[in-house]
Amino acid sequence: MKPPVFDYIAATSVEGAVAALAGAGGEAKILAGGQSLVPMLNFRLLRPALLVDINRIAGLAYIKEAADHIRVGALTRHYQLETSGFIARHLPVVACAMTHVAHLAIRNRGTIGGSLSHADPAAELPMLALLLDAEFHIASPAGKRVAAARDFFLDALTVALDTAEMLTEIVLPKLPPQTGWGFEEVARRHGDFALAAAAATLTVADGAIRQARIALTGVGPTALRAAEAEAMLTGHAPDGALVDRVIDAVRSVISPETDLHASSDYRRHLAGVLTGRVLTAAWRRATQSPA
Amino acid sequence: MSTARDITVTVTVNGTVHRAVVEPRLLLADFLRHTLGLTGTHVGCEHGVCGACTVLVDGDSARACLMFAVQADGHSVETVESLGRIGQMNALQESFHAHHALQCGFCTPGMLMTATDLLRKYPLAADDDIRKGLSGNLCRCTGYDHVVKAIRAVVGKSGAAR
Repeated sequence: MKPPVFDYIAATSVEGAVAALAGAGGEAKILAGGQSLVPMLNFRLLRPALLVDINRIAGLAYIKEAADHIRVGALTRHYQLETSGFIARHLPVVACAMTHVAHLAIRNRGTIGGSLSHADPAAELPMLALLLDAEFHIASPAGKRVAAARDFFLDALTVALDTAEMLTEIVLPKLPPQTGWGFEEVARRHGDFALAAAAATLTVADGAIRQARIALTGVGPTALRAAEAEAMLTGHAPDGALVDRVIDAVRSVISPETDLHASSDYRRHLAGVLTGRVLTAAWRRATQSPA
Repeated sequence: MSTARDITVTVTVNGTVHRAVVEPRLLLADFLRHTLGLTGTHVGCEHGVCGACTVLVDGDSARACLMFAVQADGHSVETVESLGRIGQMNALQESFHAHHALQCGFCTPGMLMTATDLLRKYPLAADDDIRKGLSGNLCRCTGYDHVVKAIRAVVGKSGAAR
């Protein structure tokens, strides 16, 4: 259980990091928090020629508030997101979800950019990025580009990043006014990866849903948005019959894996139950003034 | 296979500055145990699941099996040896002793370092908060009950988490 031999560069700038990645011709990995990468190295599932450590790049860990969004530096740790006042005020769904991510020692080290780039099929952050229509700022040797979350997650552990590209910033739009949220996760033990998790936001006007967003994780190769289910809610108040139809719609668009921890059928069942719960919570929060 | 370049690191461990030349792939846990001889940090699973190797890096708990020694260059690491010694244990260690919070003791260094960070960061108002906080530290002896009681007994007491 010792990592294989690799060369190591501690980058001090984003430009230096992507240049080092480009120079390694696809044989390099970025070392950020290391909470997923280092286990894979210890197991020797990966044998990169070079690790490019980005932890010493100054100014890559931050949570900044702008008028209608929050900008999160890629090197920001989960614990910072969990405890940020900006996040608690404008994106409470993110603060809530962070307490479900692994354990304190992992949240202290694991980074936001790292989790999103790693794209574990049961991780919380890809689901949140999809839920909130996040924007990813990406650096490459050729310059910078921006990608929408919906175009980023391609498959299990596979994202739209070239081997010489690096995620630098995540832009999370604030929840609009009159918006409620819900987050629910079921895991075998607290801190384990989700068997299934769901999150929703409901924006309400005049007693009806103006915009519904539903996202799930743990139930397919990538986190996903349930677009059909969202459309069914628009223009309505979510009574029991409608929520039941939405739950059916969610269950019909997913095809979860069976593994050691849960069957496909159980995960599909969970996805529906959790969708019902997050919609109920989101509606309650959207329609009740804060106490 | 070519040998990667060795790197000189300067790491402050329990207040003492250490300089060493290390391979990039040397895990922080092995640096502490083998290079510095600080065997209080235990190595269980070596892939971030069991929590036995938990130490504090710049005051924050971290898995020493999921960090490389080169990453600790210029940083401060605290291990279980920093908490106290026989006859001079800190309040948390005394509470583990008093509540029978260990049997074989293998998980105990990780439990103590995790609890130290939990006590600093969270109110731990309910026992369930303590249990969730310990969810990343595996113990095969105690069933966790006495560990929870030991931590409960020092919540809110000044000096428990130093």
